[in-house]
This record gives sequence, structure tokens and C-alpha cells, in this order.
Amino acid sequence: MAFYRPAPYQKPLAIVLLLAALALPSVLSAFGQEFYVGFATRVLIFALAASSLNLVLGFGGMFSLGHAAFFGAGAYVAAICMQAGISDALLAFPLAMLAAGLLALLVGALSLRTRGVYFIMITLAFAQMAYYLFVSARAWGGDDGLPLVGRMTLGGLSLSNDNALFFTALSALTAAIVFLGRLADARFGRTIQAIRENETRMEALGYPVFRYRLACFALGGALAGLAGALLANLTGLASPNLLQWMQSGTLLVMVIIGGVGYLYGGVVGAVVLLCLEEVLSGFTLHWHIGLGVLLLGIVLFAPKGVAALFGKRDD
Amino acid sequence: MLQLILEQSLNGLQFGLMLFLLAAGLTLVFGIMDCINLAHGSLYMVGAYLVAAAAQAADSFWIGLGAGVAGAAVLGLLLELSLFRQLYRRDHLSQVLATFALILIANESVRMIWGAQPVMLNPPEALSGPVEIGGFFYPAYRLVIIAFGLAVAGMLYLLVAKSRIGMWVRAGASNREMTEALGINVQRLFTAVFVFGAALCALAGGLLGPLLAVQVGMGESVLILAFVVIIIGGIGSIRGALVGSLIVGTVDTLGRALLPTLLRALLPADAASTLGPALASILIYLLMAGILFFKPQGLFPARA
Repeated sequence: MAFYRPAPYQKPLAIVLLLAALALPSVLSAFGQEFYVGFATRVLIFALAASSLNLVLGFGGMFSLGHAAFFGAGAYVAAICMQAGISDALLAFPLAMLAAGLLALLVGALSLRTRGVYFIMITLAFAQMAYYLFVSARAWGGDDGLPLVGRMTLGGLSLSNDNALFFTALSALTAAIVFLGRLADARFGRTIQAIRENETRMEALGYPVFRYRLACFALGGALAGLAGALLANLTGLASPNLLQWMQSGTLLVMVIIGGVGYLYGGVVGAVVLLCLEEVLSGFTLHWHIGLGVLLLGIVLFAPKGVAALFGKRDD
Repeated sequence: MLQLILEQSLNGLQFGLMLFLLAAGLTLVFGIMDCINLAHGSLYMVGAYLVAAAAQAADSFWIGLGAGVAGAAVLGLLLELSLFRQLYRRDHLSQVLATFALILIANESVRMIWGAQPVMLNPPEALSGPVEIGGFFYPAYRLVIIAFGLAVAGMLYLLVAKSRIGMWVRAGASNREMTEALGINVQRLFTAVFVFGAALCALAGGLLGPLLAVQVGMGESVLILAFVVIIIGGIGSIRGALVGSLIVGTVDTLGRALLPTLLRALLPADAASTLGPALASILIYLLMAGILFFKPQGLFPARA
């Protein structure tokens, strides 16, 4: 394990895929399958959420099992903004990122004092605390969640058009991936990767390890908040289930399937898992068993994930 | 008021002791093998279902409890030998993924076998009524649970603190390599701990079955509480698990029962009715955060 290096064919491949994604809504409408635009948007949003977890887990080496808290907090901020009459995404989305980032800062400041299994359990417990807080908050819908009266507008553009929301999610994901790619190569990215590899040495070199970790954790939380705000627009609901720890587990599964610490790990994982869900749930109600067996197989036989084929971290 | 506090304290004690049954096995798994097991809650769920099914088949709660606990122990043995033994050497990531997969499989299998509706489990008829203690009535069955919990806790204390096996377990939790170097077969020791933990899970699930609904997903919520217990008590420490369980059980139960009333006395009714339930449900997490702030390793760290 060392610094992330993209494979030479990664960038051209990503550009081809981006072009294909740009053409997707027109292709789908040509075949009369507009229904799948919503599904594709969902995939993009989860790709963004999984990528944000990948920043924390893969690059920062922090095994957070409470990432859904920031995802769900973003969704709630979007819904609360709508409730308060702020319907412009240009204001609501940054607010969602800010709130989720601050929440992550708070959780991180407490949980980063610990290591190993402790950290896993503590992030999980804090996420569960956020879940119960929203479940019991009657002003925000309690158990039922907080519905949005409609979708937001982005500047002058209304997101109630499915294609508009799709392109918004696509832009957000593309921007995030470009940002994360640059970040991994920048001084900050190198530092957090080095801390992941050898914390003691970085500490000895005089790096403020705790602050770097905390910054990375909060940044991941803010990105997850953006994904949550997008999801609230797609489904029209901020539900407490978004914060539940099974959701954190699902995001984690996406990152691990895709490849931990590979730039496209989150994207690949989200695409694979959600497509698998779409296909398998068509056959049987009990598709979770199939998924479980598959995950066990991946752990035992392909521990490096799918995205390992698309970039390497030299040993 | 005093009666309410007394009754709720007994409820808290009962809840705490049941949490201890879960946390005791879990803290040793974490402590000795440094292995994170999210599927511990699933063992609790499957155990409760096994007890319910066996109790129905045998038409006796106690036979059902025995059979269910034995069944869960066998299941634990099979899981340990086939899967967990491979996971110890892997990183936490693989352990979380594999045990998360186990949760999915367990939940879905239970739903296929017993259906999505909660299963009824009746307490033994002799214990279904209340008994009078100190001037108020308390369900007899809950008293039996408390007695069971105290007995198991005492037995575990003797086993871990006084017996040779317990000494090996404590040694394994505080320094695994050194224990192995001294010629103790930690692998076999751990198989025993895991099976024992699975049996305790089923015992807790079976005993709590008549009070709570036996249903899919019951394991997940209790798993998080067991985590909180372990964080508070310190990983790998049985004493920490006991203290943590009692703290969490009592604080949670008393908080839910008394906090809304207390707040109503301090705050305007409107604010109290919104704040009360919210504060009560996150009380133990606030407690955990507080303890974590002053003692990041928990109250009784095994690796001090």
C-alpha cells in the first residue's frame, strides 16, 4: 500500500463513460424508458456518497461506520430549507454541505481520539444517536420523515424535470471526482495517505496528524451532505432511515466492492450494487441472501475490489 | 413517584443484565481476537427464533429455552469453524463486510422460514402473574429474568476471575502473542469463547422474547447498545461489560420513564414535550460521549 496512482487508461475511459452518461437521458427517451432516468440519478447520488466515504476510508484510512449520519443530515437540511421557504439549491446545497460538515467535525473531534475497533464502534454509535434524534424530532416529521413540497430550483432552472436533476447529479459527481483526484495528488492528499500508512512517522515529522484526519473526516461528511440533499430532491422525502446504520453498511459495501482507496472505487461500487439490486429484486423478494453470499465470496476470494482493475497502488 | 422509580430501577436492572449477556461474549471476541463482529445481534435474533420454535414444538418454555440455547451454540460453532477462523487474520474491513453479509443472510433466512410477522413467545404460565414485593406489584417473569441474569453474571465472574480458563481468556485479551508464546492454544480458547458467546446471545434472546417481539431486525438495535456498553466498559473487560451494561440499562430505562416528567417541572410544557423524548433516546449516547472524552479507553481497559 502506498500512494494512489491512476492507471494510464483510466482518464480516457472516464471521459468516454462521462460522454455516455451525458447521452443517457436522450437514449432512454428514444427507447421510451424514461423511468430509468430516476434510477440512473439514484446511482449517481449513491456514487457521490460512496466516493465521499472512500475519501475518509480509502485515502484517510479512517474506518467510519457512521457515514450515513452525514448523508441523512444533508437530506434533512434540504427538506428543512424547503420548509423554511429556501427553494434555491444554490443556497440550500451549500447549507446542507456546511451542516453535514460541521456534524462530521463534531463527531470526528470526539471519535478520532480513539483507534481501531473502538473508532468503528464509536462512529456507529454516534450515527445511531443522530438517527434517534431525528426519529424523535416531531417538528421534523419524526418516524415518517420530512417530505419536500416539491423539488428545488437551481438558479433559474427547475429541478422538477427528471433530466435536469440527472444532469445536476452528474455535474456534482463529476466535480467531486475531479476534486478528489486533484486532492489525492495535492499536498493534503499525500499527507493523509501517508498518515494512513504510518501515523507515528508523520507525527514524528511534525505533521499535526489529528487535524489532518479531522479535516479529511469533515470534508467527507460535507460531500455526503451534498449527496443527501440531492437524494431528498429525487425522492421528495428526508427519512430517518437514511441515517440508519444499515445505510452506513450499504455505503461501506459499495466502497469495498468498488475498491477501497481507488479514485473510482465508490462510483464502481454504487453502479455494481444498485444494478445488482435492480436485477436481483426482479427475480425474488429474498435477494438479500444472494447479496450476502456474494459479499462473503468477495471477502474470501477478491478482497481488493473491482476498481483494483482500473488503477493500482504500488506496494 | 417513589414506586415508579423503584419499578423502573428494577426494569433497568433487568435490561442491563440482559445487555450484559450480549456484551460479555462480544467484548471477548473484540478483545482477544481484535475481530469486529456485527453479526452478534443476528445470533441473538436467531437464538430467540430457535427458542420460540422449540418452545412451541415442546409446549414448554423451559425445554424451548434449553433447546434454543443449544441450537445457537451449535450454530456458533459452525460459524466459528467455517468463517470466523479465516477472518481473524484479515483486516477490520473484511471482518465488517463479512459479518454485514451474515446479517443480510440471517435476516432474510429468518424471514423466509418464519415469515415477516413477529413470532409469539409466551412466558411459562406459573410466572405470568405479578408478585408483591415491598408494597407494590411486579411481574414475576421479570424477577426470574433478573435472577437468571444475576446467576449468569456471577458464574461468568467466577469463570473469568477465578478459573484457569478465565485466566487464559484474560491473558489472551491483554496480550495475545505473549499468551500464545506461553503455550496456550488461543485458537481453541477462542472457539470456546465464541460458542459460549453465541449461547449467551440465545439465552438473552429467549428470555427477552416474551417481553419484546421476536421479529426480524431485533438484533440490530440491541447490537448497537451492546457496542455502547463495550465502549463505556472498555474492550475485552468482563468487569467493564458488567458495569457498562448496568449503567446503560438503568440510565436508558430511567431516562425514558422520568426525563419527560422532570423536564416538565423545569421547562414550559411545550418545550418539555418535544425535548423530553428526544433527550431520553440519546441519553446513553451523550453518556458515552462524556465517558469517551475523559477516558478514551473506557472505564476498565483490558490493555491498560
